[in-house]
Amino acid sequence: MSTSNPARGVSGKKLVIYLVAEPETPDLAQAAVEGGADVIELGFPFSDPLAEGPVIRRASERALARGMRTHACLDVLERTRELLPETPIVPMTYAAILEAYGYERFVTDARKRGATSFILVDLPVEEQPALRRIQLVAPTSTEERIRAAAEVTDGWLYLVSVTGTTGARTELSPTLPPFVQRVRAVTDVPVYVGFGISTHELARAAGGLADGVIVGSRAVEVAETGRDALRDFVASLRTALDS
Amino acid sequence: MSDFGDYGGRYVPETLIPALDELERGWREALADDSFRAELHHLLTTYAGRPTPLTLAERFAPGKRIYLKREDLLHTGAHKLNNALGQAVLAQRLGKRRIVAETGAGQHGVATATVCARFGFECVVYMGEEDMRRQRPNVERMRLLGAEVRGVDFGTRTLKEATSEAIRDWITNVETTHYLIGSCVGPAPYPELVAELQSVIGHEAREQMLAAEQRLPEAVVACVGGGSNAIGIFHGFVADEDVRLVGVEAAGAASLGSGRPAVLHGARSSVLADEDGQIADAHSISAGLDYPGVGPEHAFLRDTGRAEYRVATDEEALAAFQELARTEGILPALEPAHALARARDLDAELILVGLSGRGDKDLAEVLERL
Repeated sequence: MSTSNPARGVSGKKLVIYLVAEPETPDLAQAAVEGGADVIELGFPFSDPLAEGPVIRRASERALARGMRTHACLDVLERTRELLPETPIVPMTYAAILEAYGYERFVTDARKRGATSFILVDLPVEEQPALRRIQLVAPTSTEERIRAAAEVTDGWLYLVSVTGTTGARTELSPTLPPFVQRVRAVTDVPVYVGFGISTHELARAAGGLADGVIVGSRAVEVAETGRDALRDFVASLRTALDS
Repeated sequence: MSDFGDYGGRYVPETLIPALDELERGWREALADDSFRAELHHLLTTYAGRPTPLTLAERFAPGKRIYLKREDLLHTGAHKLNNALGQAVLAQRLGKRRIVAETGAGQHGVATATVCARFGFECVVYMGEEDMRRQRPNVERMRLLGAEVRGVDFGTRTLKEATSEAIRDWITNVETTHYLIGSCVGPAPYPELVAELQSVIGHEAREQMLAAEQRLPEAVVACVGGGSNAIGIFHGFVADEDVRLVGVEAAGAASLGSGRPAVLHGARSSVLADEDGQIADAHSISAGLDYPGVGPEHAFLRDTGRAEYRVATDEEALAAFQELARTEGILPALEPAHALARARDLDAELILVGLSGRGDKDLAEVLERL
């Protein structure tokens, strides 16, 4: 994956910003990239998202109440792709959505509409092996599972920084450094850290350990206050990662 | 992954997969260990009150021979204790001393709070605020038993959201915590594990039926929400091909009758969902049946034709509730009242009904509706 904005990202650390698919999201995604995001993770909302804390759960409920079903989410993906021709865009969703839409059909349609890869938070590595996607590993993952995920992941590994759901944390988990080491010991694949990264301080700390950071819940909250606020927030993360 | 055809599986975040592997290993070891079975048997007989009796309900259904399997007489008033005791013994073997659970009607929450008191475990029960309102006595019972009841105030504020929150708690505290799921739902191995722990109902009932009638029933009827009491009683008869297995769902929560294949709470099953896979709301007077999903084994039994599934309305359940009270002196829970309603008009004469719990918890709801 390449950065869309060569003027930024001098550290080489990737910044991934998560947003829930809603009608405003293409514009917000553009603001995030203006602020220095390298990758947009686009949440397709599910009614019962087991991995989400309150912020993304509420945002998902709101999006569903506004009619953001799979077809509408694919439309948002396509409009985001039109605004951001160079930026990797990765839909993140739950197996239930693909079960209903059809796994192969989803991959085909989403790629046609601009998806770079996929993240399926409740689809373990052994399920649907034909679906090439970014795999997740957690602090509880065994070495064997980390190795299996690294072997088949699409470009980078998503490290879940904590045992827990998504949502802002005030500090980095003390178990993150040994976890990153454990993953590095078995694979050379780039590792990006997500879950709980909410401030530029945490982004800097996580960026010191990993090849990229993923900011979700806090980005969703800031995006609710508008595109300028989101751009400035992302810029603060970018600066922290590059400093 | 599962033995339920296309149903079952483990659709959960990676964080939980190693815990499910550990649970599965621990479960297999326990099953093969006589001391596990002996400890559980001891608890079931000296603490829970097994075996529960079989009662012939002659006045309730004149012209038929309807036998009631009296899980309402089990300690804590419902079949839920069979599962809670079994999982508590398992949790102890796994070294987990904190328990989380979800509850709808509150019966599973009470059973869980009870075993946690008995074993000295920390206990947190998630319950939708709508269910806390309509099942108030069970909330008080859980608190008296030392459990912390955490209200869930979003979504449908019923069992579906309570289950999601219990799973989120488990994700967060997985190293110290056992998730004591209350029905034969959730990721593997839970559906199979809960069915095995509840199968004591069916195995006992089969022996009792043979003793009472020298023959097997024509049909076994049980209510189905998540489906644990039904799967438990069905397991006693599933190999007896001439015995019909009849599950009864709430008309507004008929996951098997009007659902579609979908993923909910970690498993693929028949679910009330829309064409995009989003989960729909269920509606039932009975908090225990008010759930849009069902155990994957039931979906499998439906598809293979081994079991048939019907529905009963709120009104039919209420009528059966009153009828059993006045003809037999038994106040059933609203959940098995659904099974009683369908048993009476079933085209069979000798019928076994799973009376999964007693109705004390439902008095406020029933009195409001009569």
